[in-house]
Amino acid sequence: MDLSRKPRVRLIFSRAMDIAVGFVTLAALVPLASVLYMVVRKGAGNLRWSMLWELPPAAGMDGGGFGNALVGTLLMVAIGAAVSVPTGILTAIFLTEYSLGSKSARLIRFCAKILSGLPSILAGVFVFGVLVINRDLHLWGWNFGGFSAIAGGGALGILMLPIVILSAEEALLRVPRFLREASLALGANRTQTVLHITLPAAISTIITGVMLAVARAAGETAPILFTALFTSYWISSLHEPTASMAVLIYNFSSVPYDNMVNMAWSASFVLIFIVLVTNIVSHLVANRSK
Amino acid sequence: MQTETAPPPAASTQWIGDKKAQRSKVFDAFFSWATFAASWGTVALLVWIALQVGYAALPAVKQYGLGFIVGREWDTNNDVYGALPLIYGTLVSSALALLIATPLGVAIAIFLTEDYLPLKVRSVFKFLVELLAAIPSVIYGLWGIYIVIPITTPMGNWLNAHFGWFPLFSTPSNGPGFLPAAFVLAIMILPTIAALSGSALKTTPQALKEGAAALGATRWDVILQISLPIAASGIFGAAVLGLGRAMGETMALAMLVGNNNQISASLFAPANTIASLLANHFGEATGLEVAALMYLSFILMALTLGINAVAELILERTGATTRHL
Repeated sequence: MDLSRKPRVRLIFSRAMDIAVGFVTLAALVPLASVLYMVVRKGAGNLRWSMLWELPPAAGMDGGGFGNALVGTLLMVAIGAAVSVPTGILTAIFLTEYSLGSKSARLIRFCAKILSGLPSILAGVFVFGVLVINRDLHLWGWNFGGFSAIAGGGALGILMLPIVILSAEEALLRVPRFLREASLALGANRTQTVLHITLPAAISTIITGVMLAVARAAGETAPILFTALFTSYWISSLHEPTASMAVLIYNFSSVPYDNMVNMAWSASFVLIFIVLVTNIVSHLVANRSK
Repeated sequence: MQTETAPPPAASTQWIGDKKAQRSKVFDAFFSWATFAASWGTVALLVWIALQVGYAALPAVKQYGLGFIVGREWDTNNDVYGALPLIYGTLVSSALALLIATPLGVAIAIFLTEDYLPLKVRSVFKFLVELLAAIPSVIYGLWGIYIVIPITTPMGNWLNAHFGWFPLFSTPSNGPGFLPAAFVLAIMILPTIAALSGSALKTTPQALKEGAAALGATRWDVILQISLPIAASGIFGAAVLGLGRAMGETMALAMLVGNNNQISASLFAPANTIASLLANHFGEATGLEVAALMYLSFILMALTLGINAVAELILERTGATTRHL
């Protein structure tokens, strides 16, 4: 350890650096404050309740809303969650309850981490290649081809999966070992132990992870941009182009019509409201369960 | 909890054949099989994604070969496709973002892991920094168009007017370009870098810090000579992971980088990235362009997954694997 400089010099340097890192941390929150301020000022300022159930306006027209986009986002996030939440929790259970510390567990966890780093647009590219590009893909009597809510939801599911796996795994690992041992000693089998002891003990933390995955998926644009596409109308089935809040914001962000730009801000407000509430609630739940 | 009811003492042999016990045995086998299938399904999904994108890219790989990587045109009408400006744009924008975000992220990590603040205040700050990562990228894009670009444009024009001889400032700013894109990108990867650097810094043994303090070291003597050297590889891993995130980021870039397939040294010139071209072209692509876009996707996938794998291996070795501060 090199303490050769004068104590006073080192002390002044240390104080200066203290102030610098504090300043940097505060500065990093300026963009957050600015984003929130703009979204509230421009978004909430222009928000009318009727926007929540009206259709988007035609170019240059007044009025309108993003009702179909809100429905589309909720629908696709629900499809994504329906696919990824059970799969993710089962995977986490396998990692912690059936193969803890094994080589295959390490490989699976590594794959989940790599998957969590997959650029979101590539989830869209993958689904585009598997489903969308085959205009006529009939499976079990359903048409999976073309732009659809199913394709968009599937792409979102791919992004949610690793988040659910990794957070559920962390939650399950925190359940004390002795609870499992006591259950097994009483004669319960593994499945009974998982379903009646381990999972209930970890469920609030798992729900936190699921909520964060949902919040992330609700804001994702790239994976649904060319799998669900967009429409200005209500959807009547899961097999047609579907509007979403995120794509609406993107499409309306740089058009020359004030009404549409304002609507992009209002949609941002609604979207950020959903995302922030989810994050804050899950933060509180996570803190309570610690 | 629900377990089998205790065997009646007289008929314990009957209990073994009890239907309920039999059923729970079958369910046990089924359930463990389901967890097994889900887990390997996740692995299979990753492999499938790689194979699917690679397979769909084959026609373009056959047609253009490696020349695709050095080609400079993206001409849908004549089916001429080249990726060089896009690869250049992806690398430069994410490198710039990393250059901004790494020092800031490490500073935030230091502020939030060394005992500066009472625990309660600290957890509020941590939460706020994490919120930066929660804001959807399309909203960052919207914010960038209406807030960041109006700030960077006059800045760029002033720098160009006074220091235009310097290659980085060699063009005037028309709005979208590397500078606003990299700035917003830096904000987006900042929480990742801060969180992972923070958990790397936390691995410093308390005894070392206390020992140094007892020798008369100031807080920053300890940080610079003990904590940072110990955390160095974890911080490096955090930066690499941030780079992977930045390269795959799409929407904010599609809205801010200018979508212009050119190679310019200037920070203010509009450019394009792989992800943002994919976002703009996939919806309407047909025929050979789909294959060319798949080729492009494959390049992006190889870059990002490779970088992420390296980062994960570094982080796994250093033990700094949690995603939170």
